[in-house]
Amino acid sequence: MKHQFLALIISATALITHAAHAHDYKQGAISIAHPWARQTAPSQKVGGSFMTISNSAKSGDKLLSATSSIAEKVEIHTMTMENGVMKMRPVSGGLDVPAGGRLELKPGSYHIMFIGLKAPLKLGEMLPLTLHFQHAGKAQVKIKVEPINYGSEGGHDHH
Amino acid sequence: MTIIDPNAKPDAEGQPGTTIGKTHRWIFGLVALLLLAVGALIIVQPNISGDKAAQKDATSGFGSGFTMTDQNGHTVTDQTLSGKPYAIFFGFTRCPDVCPTTLSHMAQLRKQLGADGSKMNIVFVSVDPKYDTKESIRDYLTLFNTPIIGLTGTDEQIARIVKAFGVYYQKVPVDGGDYTIDHTASIFLMDRHGKFVTTIDHQETQESALGKMRDLIGRS
Repeated sequence: MKHQFLALIISATALITHAAHAHDYKQGAISIAHPWARQTAPSQKVGGSFMTISNSAKSGDKLLSATSSIAEKVEIHTMTMENGVMKMRPVSGGLDVPAGGRLELKPGSYHIMFIGLKAPLKLGEMLPLTLHFQHAGKAQVKIKVEPINYGSEGGHDHH
Repeated sequence: MTIIDPNAKPDAEGQPGTTIGKTHRWIFGLVALLLLAVGALIIVQPNISGDKAAQKDATSGFGSGFTMTDQNGHTVTDQTLSGKPYAIFFGFTRCPDVCPTTLSHMAQLRKQLGADGSKMNIVFVSVDPKYDTKESIRDYLTLFNTPIIGLTGTDEQIARIVKAFGVYYQKVPVDGGDYTIDHTASIFLMDRHGKFVTTIDHQETQESALGKMRDLIGRS
């Protein structure tokens, strides 16, 4: 009994710690987990942001676009590898967030692309981003700026 | 489906009907062979980047004959790099995903090599001279917290190093007059004599990549 209680405390603490680290957001049936971006060098005028978007609704939703005051232009991009060649392209028509499912924006796949950054993305900063969904509407989130090697060291996701 | 008998010979005399039949079979066989050859070419041709092209050229000056400028303004050639093995990767600083991922991966591998990590160099070549000045490359590489040699050059110099490594890159226009660059994302491992050894691919496991780096450093 004592052990069970201890386990409960530990897992609760772990959950709280994770939530604090992950900084989740909610808009209707849509939740957005840990939106983050890589830090950029002063001369870099572009940056990429990643996050996991879940949909608890019984019907599908769509991420249509994103806007932010930190860059001149914000686009949704996809990255593919063909014959060892990396190709990056804007996504047209938005990205599906399936009913009861999730959409992952992660390195090696989809990302939100900032073009014409007004200032370098500095480690630890929290930057505004508005996501526009077909059904859930506007979701305002803060992107956390992580180290440049975040999410790629060890070849797997860390969060 | 006609079965072609390799020992069959076209009839030279008599039996005109059979001759035509056999001639048809020969033509069919030739066409089939041609189609096979064309098919093989189509399969092999697009693979101009990565492993196969690299291995094919390994004996004919692969990765040699280039002159570039590093982030500190020093001239770097295949000759100045020899003496230490190196891992070389092509990209551009405005690449938001695969370039920082790959450079972080290489930095991590070097850390895992421990003391041996200093026995090799990591080289980043920019294929975007318009934006990537030596200063911007220096700023960018500083973020990875490990020594990385960053190379840039004139369009001509870049064309030469890209050709030397059989790397594919293509500027692709995007809305608003800007562009992105499609490029080969493999890491090429070169030994201390500047000879090509193998590649590390984008999706390669950490264990496999680390094994290749250890092998590279261990080579005489």
